[in-house]
Amino acid sequence: MHHLKTIIKKELRAYFNSPIAYIFITAYLILTNWLFFRSFFLISQAEMRNYFSLLPFIFLFFLPAITMRLWAEEKKTNTLEILLTWPVREWEVVLGKFCAALLFLIIILACSFTVPISIALLGQPDLGVILGNYVGTLFLGASYLAIGLYLSSLTKNQIVAFIIAVVVSFFFFIISEPFFLQSVPSFLQPLFQFVGLSGHFDSIARGVLDSRDIFYYLSVISFFLFLNIRQVESRKWQ
Amino acid sequence: MIKVSNLTKYYGPFLAVDKVSFEIKRGEIVGLLGPNGAGKTTILKMLTCFLPPSSGEILIDQLNPLEHSLAIRRKLGYLPENNPLYEDMTVWEYLTTSAQMHDLPSHKINSAVKKTLEECGLKNRIHSTIGELSKGLKQRVGLAQALLHDPQILILDEPTSGLDPNQIVEIRTLIKTLGKEKTVILSTHILPEVEISCNRVIILNQGKIVAQGTPAELRKQTTGHSQISLKIAGPVREITEALKKMPHVEKVEKQEAETPGLYTYQIETSANQDLRNQLTHFIVDHGWELYEISQKQASLEDVFSKLTKQ
Repeated sequence: MHHLKTIIKKELRAYFNSPIAYIFITAYLILTNWLFFRSFFLISQAEMRNYFSLLPFIFLFFLPAITMRLWAEEKKTNTLEILLTWPVREWEVVLGKFCAALLFLIIILACSFTVPISIALLGQPDLGVILGNYVGTLFLGASYLAIGLYLSSLTKNQIVAFIIAVVVSFFFFIISEPFFLQSVPSFLQPLFQFVGLSGHFDSIARGVLDSRDIFYYLSVISFFLFLNIRQVESRKWQ
Repeated sequence: MIKVSNLTKYYGPFLAVDKVSFEIKRGEIVGLLGPNGAGKTTILKMLTCFLPPSSGEILIDQLNPLEHSLAIRRKLGYLPENNPLYEDMTVWEYLTTSAQMHDLPSHKINSAVKKTLEECGLKNRIHSTIGELSKGLKQRVGLAQALLHDPQILILDEPTSGLDPNQIVEIRTLIKTLGKEKTVILSTHILPEVEISCNRVIILNQGKIVAQGTPAELRKQTTGHSQISLKIAGPVREITEALKKMPHVEKVEKQEAETPGLYTYQIETSANQDLRNQLTHFIVDHGWELYEISQKQASLEDVFSKLTKQ
């Protein structure tokens, strides 16, 4: 267990030792707040539904930027050889890196608590719904992170890792959108609807936390973490 | 301690290591020597369990890397090729991270890190960011990382590459001190390094072992004949003829005279015997004047280029 802690600390340090983390958080907050408050005063309703429906698209670009370096940089600078010749199991490293990215996401989401606080000062929002929204968003974000982390393990190049992660996450997000489903043969539609990330997010954005959605996100996360562990182990296959 | 038999590694169709076998005993300092691309780094990567062999077997303390990878990695300190480091960490952060990964108990980490930093001469750079250190200091950080948990086996891949002559001497001294207690395997393509630091040398070429032994043994093994140079004053033709008739002498070559009547003769002898004493008597008995006699020893460099040139 303490290996996990050490890896999480090592990765978080890499974000916060450099200006990356601070620039990243500032940019994220400015962008989301501006996009949200632009229409907030026009609609003048004390709710955050619009805020949370923005996030899947914001995350699409911000979260791959968190995960892109996690493996690609280690491969490029060869520190992977140091990391994997330490007496540590592959799954501990994968899980540690994922948890570090997840903690970073939690920090970012915590920084955005200014939004519900401002709204609570202006009106009477349903704080239960907002909390549910946050939890759901965290699960969606964690899925993006798992996808991005896996794709980072396939390349030495951070930019490639970023772009592929954006494309793949985008693909997983839109396949359950009605617009996309129209062009899919009808027998495949239920499958796509289930696999797509967006279908499960719609109810969350409405404030409904369904255990099936949570279970779905957990399976996506475990699936990509599993692929990631296999990918790291693959160098040992004969 | 380390036993390698018929170790083979393919990268795709490319054969990087070809049926290599050797044994390393506890407390030895062994140098893997070879030109670039000879398979040194690949062998080290397999010893550290980073890569699996394509075939063949590695046993480290009777343990096999495929089954006991973790147990083996606990015993190893490893400095990979080109000394990769987490450059955005400070020296202290990096070494404590490494100590934690090696399962050092938390109350011992501070003292272990401090001790290692002192050994490696990094005491006043504790809080420097690694990326900002000079190349020599970075190399020391890499070594400190390998030494920190007091491993039984040290694997160093080109430990002195890119250092200036003073730093090279320092690192070599450090390796020698370490070799008193630990088993050290180092790879290099720098010849003096092996002569100075290692008890034993394994010379590799194109993935195969072409020779192994102590530096002295290797010199003997591969040269077979030695060269003696003589400076004699006397009748040239007579001297040449007489020298040629001596036992074990293969070739006599007369060189240009420095001063009139004083010639240098180069003799190649076939056997591994010292002919100097015999030659001195022989010349004096003939009444010639001997000014100089010296035997040229084959350097490891000759051995190396002989074995690896193809």
